[in-house]
Amino acid sequence: MAKVIVSQKRCTVNPLKMSQPIGAALAFMGIEGSMPLLHGAQGCTSFGLVLFVRHFREAIPMQTTAMSEVATVLGGFDNVEQAIVNIANRSNPAVIGICTTGVSEVKGDDLKGFLKLVRASHPELGHIALVDVSTPDFRGAFQDGWSAAVTRMVEELVEVPLIETRFSRRVNVLPGCHLTPGDLDELRDLFEAFSLDPFFLPDLSGSLDGHIPAEFTPTTLGGISLEHIRRMGSACWTVAIGEQMRGAAITLEHRTGVPYKLFDRLTGLAANDELMSFLSQISGVPVPRKYRRLRSQLVDAMLDGHFYFGGKKAVVAAEPDLLATLTHWLHEMGCEIQAAVTTTTSPVLEHLPTEEVLIGDLEDLELRAAGADLIVTHSHGRQAAERLGIPFFRIGIPVFDRLGANHQVTVGYRGTRDLIFSVGNLFLAHGHEPTPETWLPPAQEANPLVSLKVP
Amino acid sequence: MSDLHAKVQQVFDEPGCATNQAKPTRERKKGCNQLLAPGAAAGGCAFDGAKIALQPITDVAHLIHGPIACEGNSWDGRGSKSSGSQLYRTSFSTDMTEQDIVFGGEKHLYKAIQEIAGKYNPAAVFVYQTCVSAMIGDDLEAVCKAAAAKLGKPVIPVNVPGFVGSKNLGNKLAGEVLLDHVIGTEEPEETTPYDINIIGEYNLSGELWQVKPLLDELGIRILACISGDAKYHEVARSHRARAAMMVCSKAMINVARKMEERYGIPYFEGSFYGIGDMSDALRNIAQLLVDRGAPAELLARTEVVIAREESRAWQRIAPYRPALLGKSVLLFTGGVKSWSVVAALQEAGLVITGTSVKKSTPGDKERIKELMKEDPHMFDDLKPREMYRMLKEAQTDIMLSGGRSQFVALKARMPWLDINQERHQAYAGYEGMVTLVREIEKALCNPIWEQIRKPAPWEHAAMDDELAIHIA
Repeated sequence: MAKVIVSQKRCTVNPLKMSQPIGAALAFMGIEGSMPLLHGAQGCTSFGLVLFVRHFREAIPMQTTAMSEVATVLGGFDNVEQAIVNIANRSNPAVIGICTTGVSEVKGDDLKGFLKLVRASHPELGHIALVDVSTPDFRGAFQDGWSAAVTRMVEELVEVPLIETRFSRRVNVLPGCHLTPGDLDELRDLFEAFSLDPFFLPDLSGSLDGHIPAEFTPTTLGGISLEHIRRMGSACWTVAIGEQMRGAAITLEHRTGVPYKLFDRLTGLAANDELMSFLSQISGVPVPRKYRRLRSQLVDAMLDGHFYFGGKKAVVAAEPDLLATLTHWLHEMGCEIQAAVTTTTSPVLEHLPTEEVLIGDLEDLELRAAGADLIVTHSHGRQAAERLGIPFFRIGIPVFDRLGANHQVTVGYRGTRDLIFSVGNLFLAHGHEPTPETWLPPAQEANPLVSLKVP
Repeated sequence: MSDLHAKVQQVFDEPGCATNQAKPTRERKKGCNQLLAPGAAAGGCAFDGAKIALQPITDVAHLIHGPIACEGNSWDGRGSKSSGSQLYRTSFSTDMTEQDIVFGGEKHLYKAIQEIAGKYNPAAVFVYQTCVSAMIGDDLEAVCKAAAAKLGKPVIPVNVPGFVGSKNLGNKLAGEVLLDHVIGTEEPEETTPYDINIIGEYNLSGELWQVKPLLDELGIRILACISGDAKYHEVARSHRARAAMMVCSKAMINVARKMEERYGIPYFEGSFYGIGDMSDALRNIAQLLVDRGAPAELLARTEVVIAREESRAWQRIAPYRPALLGKSVLLFTGGVKSWSVVAALQEAGLVITGTSVKKSTPGDKERIKELMKEDPHMFDDLKPREMYRMLKEAQTDIMLSGGRSQFVALKARMPWLDINQERHQAYAGYEGMVTLVREIEKALCNPIWEQIRKPAPWEHAAMDDELAIHIA
């Protein structure tokens, strides 16, 4: 049982957290022909856009209602209407996902009302789906924005089936924002190996996996189609991955009667055994030979790797679901979680294998990292890792100073196996050669505040 | 906010801006703040612009007073480099929550400033207003004043919330902040007849350091660079410079002009991009200093350095000529500044086949025609879709542009080089032009292009794309 505490600092230093609207915008990027639209000032969009471009190394479709000071005072209806009309004319999207921001929420714009008026006065835009989601910047964090957006997609886009027709092979998958396009590809293969037909919502593997499209498109390059989303009520199961997706899974169940199974993580031997049993059970297909081999390879990797993980002290900073995935896995490999820092509240936090979970920032992480063997967080941890000289494993969003963030795979037997190799190699690369002084007990540990002083 | 409105009007009506002066009186007052089109906008907000302009000051704590979006989504993203303190890369934010929105964020902000001073002891704290803190009426100036009195160090209000306008406006308002609160507040220990300011240079990728050694050699001292690799005290003492160079971009012209007005520091507009422009910049600096009383022998010494560096640069570009001769370049960038690189590209044997003239004045267009003998295409506005088609049909060998069109080019399997501010290579000074030519050669001659342009084995060469997709 971990104690969850909130930082009492008044100044956030080196933020770990990013804001809700861009988490929601990313979720909309998992739909084909989609254009996310932030209802706020121009900067709300441009900061998020640049962040995603640096992370995914792809063109990012994302627009803004470009609220000026005057428009903010008078109310944003005209801007929302104009934005929708302009996007429709320039990009002809299938769906526009409209996310509020701090600006529009403080103003109190009635976005739902606006959309009704837009619908009434623009029948010519009837073919474009409009999904609104409330994502104030001053509440929650990135993963909250993602999960709120997916819940709203289910409410607005999934059709309530008139007669209950279920396709026994069809499974809905609701992945949390901590899964990469590479993870989704891995899961798709896995589901298909059980002769299942998975519908991912959202599906970043089609849009942000980095591929060469046949033609230029101003909206998303791929993702789940609106048609597929509409038909999600005809699946026989929903698999939700990450606690953040529970709300969307429940909403889907209430709407369509499709039952759900939630996996709080898919990294590690036990977690994947559970997934395999579940898939085998619902499909009636025995676990395929390929996955039996992969399991055996994972067990072998654990054997080979445990020498280097055992007793190592790790500090981890990530959003709740990713933090849970990583800390449980590191713990299962024999590491001690010296510190865990996260961005927002979640039921998973109190179950983490550590004494204390702090809702805080990367300065908090740095202060708690003295003497650790490993820092795990997104690219913004690089300054702390450099100052402390501690091996640094980058994961999460953003990873802007390494290639291939969209294909970093951590799910499944294979993903776990490769993660053991990647992190294990970091430990190996930073092994210390013995010296005549090695036997000496360690000197008293330095005051962490000293290392924090910036030159 | 009325102060802010007055400021906005003032920076719009900028007598130092040639574009603005060319407009009729009524137009001029309206300024250059184009209304942003909802759903069809690109680029950052005014707060973004203010941060870009001020954050390169290295020993200052930059504190963003707003919800986490404004800082958490964007920090540590700019490539401006420091030769000393790394404090400017540490991110500070009040991370406003609902409670602040309801009860006001002023006390929260005050305590945050105190925390920073206690833990990091910065030379100064710059406090940035954002849309949300402006909307709820937090009095930034008052909090900064109180904190400065309590802490005994400068706490500077940067009252530029994002929604007042564009990034460019934010740059200018940031300049006003320096003029109002920083410049002229301290005196330098000593001055020399060779002291200059460089205004509007951010030391991205360390570009200032490609120029500084030449100034050092000539005995010219940069009293302050505003704001690349600057220290707070340097900016505060910059009013004692003898001359100033206003670097190409017009972002901070108000700073240059007002420093001339207030402190009698003459300035010229110049550029460090391109061999000819770099030489002109050195010449102009020397001339202005001599006009202000520096010994005239500086001029001759400057010419010696220019002659030596120019010949060295041309010699170093020459070896790339055989690989680049006759290759065509599509040069796509907003500013005129890129035009200063044309001479170097042509010297390396490249042919410029097309360019964007969206932001160019009629004067610029004339200059482009002069520079490019072979009647180039001038595009007013090229939509991404059109650009993609052109590139896919391989109507050029390489595109040089800003990050915005990076993926349009790459997805069309077209060599591409970033020549805007986000780039990671330093292209300033004489050495910078050599680097640029080398980077073009590296991009053009990379063996991947031949490989990736070959169709996949299952795409029969005779099949056109459409048919291939149909069958697939």
